Amino acid sequence: MAALPPYASTGQKVWHYAYRVICAAIFFFLIAPILIIIPLSFNAENFFTFTPEMLALDPAGYSTKHYEDFFTNPDWQVPLWNSLKIAPVATFLSVALGTLAAIGLSQPHVPFRRAIMAILISPMIVPLIISAAGMYFFYSRIGLQGTYWGVVLAHAALGIPFVIITVTATLVGFDRSLTRAAANLGAGPVRTFFRVQMPLILPGVVSGGLFAFITSFDEVVVVLFVGSAGQKTLPWQMFTGLREQISPTILAAATVLISISVVLLVTLEVLRRRSERLRGMSPG
Amino acid sequence: MTDSATTPPRQPMAALPGGEVTEDGPMLAADGKPLKHSLNRALRREKLRAFLLVSPLLIFILVAFVAPIADMLFRSVENQIVSETLPRTVVALREDQNLPEAAPGEPVYEALYTDLFIAAEYKSHTRLGSRLNYEMTGLSSLFRGTGRDVGRFDTDIYTDQFIEAAPALEDPVAWSNWMAQDEIRAALPFTADAWDAWTTLTVEANEDDPLEEDVEDFVYTALYRDLANGAAPANFPDVDVSTFETVSIKALFEDSDEDWVDPEVWQVIKTYSPAYTDGYFLNSVDMMNGPGGDAEWRPADEQIYLKLFWRTMWMSLAITFSCILLGYPIAYLLSTLPLRSANVLMILVLLPFWTSLLVRTSAWKVLLQQQGVINDTLVWIGLVSDTNRLALINNATGTVIAMTHILLPFMILPLYSVMKTIPPSYMRAAKSMGANDWTAFWRVWFPLSVPGIGAGSILAFILSIGYYITPEIVGGTEGVFISNRIAYHISSSLNWGLAAALGSILLALVLTLYWVYDRIVGIDNVKLGG
Repeated sequence: MAALPPYASTGQKVWHYAYRVICAAIFFFLIAPILIIIPLSFNAENFFTFTPEMLALDPAGYSTKHYEDFFTNPDWQVPLWNSLKIAPVATFLSVALGTLAAIGLSQPHVPFRRAIMAILISPMIVPLIISAAGMYFFYSRIGLQGTYWGVVLAHAALGIPFVIITVTATLVGFDRSLTRAAANLGAGPVRTFFRVQMPLILPGVVSGGLFAFITSFDEVVVVLFVGSAGQKTLPWQMFTGLREQISPTILAAATVLISISVVLLVTLEVLRRRSERLRGMSPG
Repeated sequence: MTDSATTPPRQPMAALPGGEVTEDGPMLAADGKPLKHSLNRALRREKLRAFLLVSPLLIFILVAFVAPIADMLFRSVENQIVSETLPRTVVALREDQNLPEAAPGEPVYEALYTDLFIAAEYKSHTRLGSRLNYEMTGLSSLFRGTGRDVGRFDTDIYTDQFIEAAPALEDPVAWSNWMAQDEIRAALPFTADAWDAWTTLTVEANEDDPLEEDVEDFVYTALYRDLANGAAPANFPDVDVSTFETVSIKALFEDSDEDWVDPEVWQVIKTYSPAYTDGYFLNSVDMMNGPGGDAEWRPADEQIYLKLFWRTMWMSLAITFSCILLGYPIAYLLSTLPLRSANVLMILVLLPFWTSLLVRTSAWKVLLQQQGVINDTLVWIGLVSDTNRLALINNATGTVIAMTHILLPFMILPLYSVMKTIPPSYMRAAKSMGANDWTAFWRVWFPLSVPGIGAGSILAFILSIGYYITPEIVGGTEGVFISNRIAYHISSSLNWGLAAALGSILLALVLTLYWVYDRIVGIDNVKLGG
């Protein structure tokens, strides 16, 4: 598909360009719905479509009033802060427990490795509505339903598979003779971990943490059931907004979230390249 | 992490495998013990250390995730509510011979009177009513209505006659003395039971002191029952009940609501009196426990779940298929382009992957509306008339479009990682041997990319059949999945047992697919974000 050879027939040329057009259309389908949110969020009216003023690029058609609403209205600010209070704690739990477990799992002799792996990955496989239902039933039994810690525990459980997968993948290329060398030079297990192993697997740990963070930050089904009004998160508020009274502020909120995703995407890409360089693979 | 600090020197092991016997006896390690033992011990320690590292997380997941799932599975068969709320009735029903042809006999109603009186005080009769209403419509109002009446039943004629015959029977302190004597309790089993229930009730539900309250009518009714059966305990007021004016409890219930003498009602109570039931699962597949106790189909107008499961499946298939259709060309393009341009285009795949699900769903809600951007554009181009705008949202179309967009990256990424491993020289070889572009693609490239299609399809399908948010927002009533019904039963209809049963079926479905995925792809090979 790379480049058209000089001897290509007319049919091949037509197909070559037609194919590019098809692919462009699919890329458009992928990306346009997200990008179209951004100009719409600057709408001066409370409409969800482009007004004639906007299409005429008239500055009067644009305003930042939905952003002002988003950043001043407690209906949006309280959920935003709730999200920011829940996600980091859940991420910390997932990363701390997940990294330890991934290191344990990467040892050569682990009893029941496959079974353990299956259990640890299961929160990613089980449909969210089922996790939410089970957690709602079980957490109400033990008094965690509707509490901050209930939501944090639930989100930490959902983030763990991502940490396990990314850290395990980083550990695959880890040279175990390095820890032996460290031990040989007199470092204890703790020191070896923090001074030798941790810096090398750090990119995997950080990207696992980012996955866990975005899982919690973006999660709505479980918090809908496990949380109560006091733990209303940003996605929850957006969900209610979409289901009941849809207000254009939602587009401003969405644009803020898109910016966050772009930052995360760039961070992850940088980390991935760094990790591959550290493990002696060519960046690609 | 620090293996060599604890394991014996490895050099001899390589030369002579552990445990080999030399001329001088077993191979010895530096500390003089047989090498084989030292090696085994080191292996055990290594296993233990690995397990210790994993265990905190394993415990965490077991408590925070696996236990809730187990709880849900348990709730799908659990049915203690009937035997907990009506314990005496359940026992009496077991001995009753009249069912299923006729309404049960008087003893069952006497037991029900006590049970329902207590349940009404605890207000647990309405919960039981709602539970049984899932099995037979009308039972909720039956329990609620009679729960209000039961405190005013005309059983006070027993109370009055007893107090007239023996005034000591009015005194709760005297009662409590009698009820402390084992002989009296043994002679008056129903009375003792009713008394215990009343004292517990007074303390727990009303927070009163039983010794200062009037004894309730149902205790006297139980006393009449015992004495009429011929009991004559010593040290207890001697009352001749044969001259008493009586009242049929059955008739009282019938006065309250004539459904109480309907054998079908009683059959339902009897069917659901065991502590475990398959009723929720039968309901999930549009069946029910019939009057004879055998499973049978529900009436046609109540059959919704099989249709819903079926719709969830075919819509997920449609979404998966659209993902293949749109994802394959993209993956092919990315894997054949030079790495540098492929990486740039990859961003276009990864950005949606990383964007919040709610953002993408909001985008589709905004775009697909009747007055939304897509319809506006189509009208502007002239493809559709202004009065005839397309209904793209709140139906199955909306769900399929939005979900395809959301799941497309999950199809492209595995496809791409499989296609990356196909050497480009295969295509060149095929062409050099005379294949045209299409034959080379179809006979060489496509078969090699099938594992990627398999992996991507199963992933997209698993994700799609469990989806809740997007169908809820863009699906209307025609485009919703089984998950939406589960959520409805948890938060609106409060039929948790049915929600749990539907969830268990969905879970079984997903785990089967997951198992297939694990066989084909291997869970260790899951890659995230390219």
